[in-house]
Amino acid sequence: METLAMHISNGIIDGPVAAVFAALALAALTGCVLRGRRDLDDRLAPMAGLVAAFIFAVQMLNFPIFTAGVSGHLLGGALAAMLVGPWVGALCVSVVLVVQALVFGDGGVAMLGLNITNMALLGTAAAYVLIAVLLRVLPRTPAGLAVTGFVAAMLSVVVASQGFVLQYWLGGTTDLGGNLASLAGTMAGVHLLIGIGEGLITATTVVTVAKVRPDLVYALRGLRPATVPTVPAVGGVR
Amino acid sequence: MKNRSWAFLAGGLLVALLLAGVVSNYASSHPDGLDSSLLKGCTVDADDNIVGGSCPAQQARDHELGDSPLADYGVRGVENSFLSTGLSGVLGVLLTFAVGAGGFWLLRRRGATTPAEGDVETSADDRRHADANG
Repeated sequence: METLAMHISNGIIDGPVAAVFAALALAALTGCVLRGRRDLDDRLAPMAGLVAAFIFAVQMLNFPIFTAGVSGHLLGGALAAMLVGPWVGALCVSVVLVVQALVFGDGGVAMLGLNITNMALLGTAAAYVLIAVLLRVLPRTPAGLAVTGFVAAMLSVVVASQGFVLQYWLGGTTDLGGNLASLAGTMAGVHLLIGIGEGLITATTVVTVAKVRPDLVYALRGLRPATVPTVPAVGGVR
Repeated sequence: MKNRSWAFLAGGLLVALLLAGVVSNYASSHPDGLDSSLLKGCTVDADDNIVGGSCPAQQARDHELGDSPLADYGVRGVENSFLSTGLSGVLGVLLTFAVGAGGFWLLRRRGATTPAEGDVETSADDRRHADANG
């Protein structure tokens, strides 16, 4: 079987830029630890471990996209943000990326900061902003939750892909001859398609968890009174 | 934690183990979105190996830990590729869960005064209250 790599390999981005992003990622993750501790209680800690393990498993499942010869896989930022919140969520995706780099030879160890920045930080942050907005405007129903998960996941993947384009602009090892826009376009296009898969997986998983254990969906905290529909009141006295 | 939290954890882990241990063998082996974008400009054969042209992917160098026993999502020494992929997936899920849950457990805030909602044992008083209101 050919070498299977899903993340940025060594040699793609030069050393200095990779080192800068490693420092950046470390600083941001420290912030996530400090802020995430407020969310991490006896119940959320093992749940967050499960979210990381689940993301690892689903990342192995490359799915074909409409373009021939290209596959996509879950990144997981949106899923993690919906289930355990943005701070712990970013840490969950980072755990997956660290295990993949150190044990599975996937994503260069020197490139870890770049991969964490794109998928764990940018992806999760973009997803959470969208989740916060969408949950406010959409009806608090399973359908509303599904649409939120789908849209947040899809767009977060495109944002993450553009993080790589930025990194390539700063330290790409091949001179694209001013063709950075072409790389950006290719990355955005292919990740929009991958985003559909990411969206479907995220929406399905979140709706399933919400059905079994709504109290374990971080995005639903504080919204719960409204998720219990008081339908009989509608159209009563008129 | 209450029993139903343990059940949820166990159920979730089982799903993850099945996905990584079995379903992973049916995953597409084509390059992913990132790899395929980096291959633009190169021509590849049926196995996605570069046969000509020039593209960013040609700059890729070996992984520092490329000879890890689980490198490339396989278990070194296991000839059967179905078993090798599946076993590496199972080990990966267990390792990720151990590192994640262990790390988060150490980081969790302790002696919290606000117990988590789902695990709160509802007292008889509260329940009567809820019934009266409901």
